[in-house]
Amino acid sequence: MSIEIRNVTKHFGAFTALDDVSLEIPDGSLTALLGPSGSGKSTLLRIVAGLERPDSGEVRLAGEDATRLAPQRRNVGFVFQHYAAFKHMTVRDNVAFALTIRKRPKQEIRERVDELLELVQLQGFADRYPSKLSGGQRQRMALARALAAKPGVLLLDEPFGALDARVRAELRDWLRRLHEEVQVTTVFVTHDQEEAMEVADRVAVLDHGRLEQVGPPAKLYDSPASDFVLRFVGDAVRLGERLVRPHEIVLRRWPSDGAVEVEIERIAVLGADVRVDLADGSGERLSARLRRDELEDLALERGEIVWANAESFQRLSAGDAEAGQALGRLDGDVDAIDLGTAGTAPTGLDERLDVV
Amino acid sequence: MPSRFGLRAVALGYLVVVLLAPLAMVFYRTFESGLHPVWQTLSDPNTLHAFEVTLIATGIAVPLNTVFGVLCGLAVVRRRFPGKGLLNAFIDLPLAVSPVVIGLCLYLLYAPRTGWFGSWFLEHGFQILFALPAIVLATVFVSVPFVAREVIPTLRELGHEQEQAAATLGATRWQRFWRITLPSIRWAVIYGVVLTTARCLGEYGAVAVVSGRIEGQTETATTRVEDLTLNFNTAGAYAVSLVLATIAVLVLVTMTVIRPREGAA
Repeated sequence: MSIEIRNVTKHFGAFTALDDVSLEIPDGSLTALLGPSGSGKSTLLRIVAGLERPDSGEVRLAGEDATRLAPQRRNVGFVFQHYAAFKHMTVRDNVAFALTIRKRPKQEIRERVDELLELVQLQGFADRYPSKLSGGQRQRMALARALAAKPGVLLLDEPFGALDARVRAELRDWLRRLHEEVQVTTVFVTHDQEEAMEVADRVAVLDHGRLEQVGPPAKLYDSPASDFVLRFVGDAVRLGERLVRPHEIVLRRWPSDGAVEVEIERIAVLGADVRVDLADGSGERLSARLRRDELEDLALERGEIVWANAESFQRLSAGDAEAGQALGRLDGDVDAIDLGTAGTAPTGLDERLDVV
Repeated sequence: MPSRFGLRAVALGYLVVVLLAPLAMVFYRTFESGLHPVWQTLSDPNTLHAFEVTLIATGIAVPLNTVFGVLCGLAVVRRRFPGKGLLNAFIDLPLAVSPVVIGLCLYLLYAPRTGWFGSWFLEHGFQILFALPAIVLATVFVSVPFVAREVIPTLRELGHEQEQAAATLGATRWQRFWRITLPSIRWAVIYGVVLTTARCLGEYGAVAVVSGRIEGQTETATTRVEDLTLNFNTAGAYAVSLVLATIAVLVLVTMTVIRPREGAA
C-alpha cells in the first residue's frame, strides 16, 4: 500500500509540529523518518495512522483519501516506542487481538498466531504475560501483533528507542530481514541517523516541522540539500565559512585558495583512519579524518601549523553517484585535476603535493 | 529499635482505641443478654423492612455511581472540555459537605409546592420526600465520589497508548472500552464499588433528614438503630449495629483480599 502525504500542516497550540509537508512513500519500501526531537517526525507517523488529524492537507493510502478515516479503518499496523502491550492479556492474546475482534474462526487465529510467534522468535512465550518479557521481546510481540491482520502499512514510532544498544542493533538487523520476508510498506521514525542509514532504503529528513530532503541514504550523505542535512546525516565540521565532512578535509604545508591556517592539537590513530584534531586562529576546534598512509606521507606532528582545505564533492543526484561517475573537486586548487570517485577514498595526497 | 517498637505500639494502640474497642463493645453488648433479644429484633418486620430499604437504596446507588464514576473518570482524564476543572472539583463535593447539609438541600429542592422540583412532582402525583425516592437520592448523592476517585489516577497511570494500539488493530470505540480500558482499570473499579457499597450501607445524615423515618416504611438500617435506642430497646439497637458492623468488616476483608492481587495484575 503506497502512502501519499500532501501539504500536511499540524499545530499543537502555538507550536507548529508540521509545516506543509508533502511526501510520497512507494508501495513495498522501507522508509525512515529522521529528525531531532520536536522535528515533527512522530506526529507525521501518527497522522498516517490516524491517531492525529492534520489541520490541513491530505493523507492518501493506496491512492484513496484517508484523511478523515478513523485509525481502525485504515488497515495499518502501528508499533509504539514503549510497546503499548496489553498488560492484562497473554502474549498469544496480544498477538491474536486484531483477529479476535474481527471474529475469525478459532482455528485460523491459532494457526496465524503460531506462525507470527515463530516469525518473531517467541514460540515458547505464548502463555506468558508481557510483564514477564524483556524489552526486546515485548517489542517483537508488538510487531507480531501489528502484523497479525496483514496490514497494508507497518508504522513504527522509535521502535528501538527504549532498548539497550546491543538489543537495538539486533532488532535493526532483524527488521531489515523481516521487511525482505514480509514486503509490507514500512515507515519507521528515528532520531538516530545511523539507524536510518543502516535499515532504510529511503530516508526523509525533517527539521522544525519541515521536510528537508528525501532520498536513498547515500544521496543524503553525498549530496545533502541543506546545511541541516549535512550536519544531521553523518559528521560535519565548520571549516572557515563552510560546513564540510571530516573526511573531505585535506591538510597541506602551504596555503591555497580558501585554505584555513590551523594548528594540530592531537593525532589519534583509529585503525585504518586517523583523526586529526585541529584549532584555527580564532580557537575554533574541528577534526579531520585522514587515511593513515596520507598522514604518514605528510609526516605531520602535533603542534605544527598547516593549512586545511576541503575537497567538496560536487552535489550530484543519487543516480549519477550510483553510476560511479567521476566527480570533479570544487576547491579551485591547482590540483583540481585530481579526480576521485564517489564512495572511494581520494587518491594519495603525496601525488597532489607533487603536482603543486 | 525502641523507637520502632514505640511507633508500632502507638499505631496499634490508636487502632484499638478508635476502631476495635467500639466494635468489640457492640459485639459484647449485643450478646450480653443472650441470643433471644437479638433474634427478636432482627426478625421484627420493621427491622427487616429497614434493611430492605437500605439494600434497595444501595442496590440502586452502587450501579448508578459505578457507571457515572467510570464515565466521569474517562471524561476527566481523556477529554478536554470547558468546565472540566469544575467537574473534577464537584466530584468531591459530597465528601466535603456534611451529609446533613446534603439532606437539607434535597429537602428544599423537593419540598412540595416550594421546592423547584417538588412542585412539578406534586403536580404529577409522585411523592419524593419522606418516601423511598428521597432515600435513594440521598444515598446516590453521598456515594458519588468513590468510584471516580479510584478510577481517575488508574486511568492517568494507564495512559492512552494501549487504546491507540487497539484502535490501529481495528478495534472500535466500544471494543476498546470493553477489551482494553475496562479490564485495565478493573481493580480500581472493584475497589471503588466496595467503598461505595460501604458508604451507602452506612449513610445516616442525609437520609435522616429526607426519609421522614416512618417505622416500617421509610426507615433505613441506620435510622432504625437510632429509633430503637430512643425506644429503650438497646439490645435491638446493638443487634442492628452488629449486622452493619459485620458488613463493614466483610467489606474490609474483601478489600484486603483484592489489594495484593491488584499488585500482581
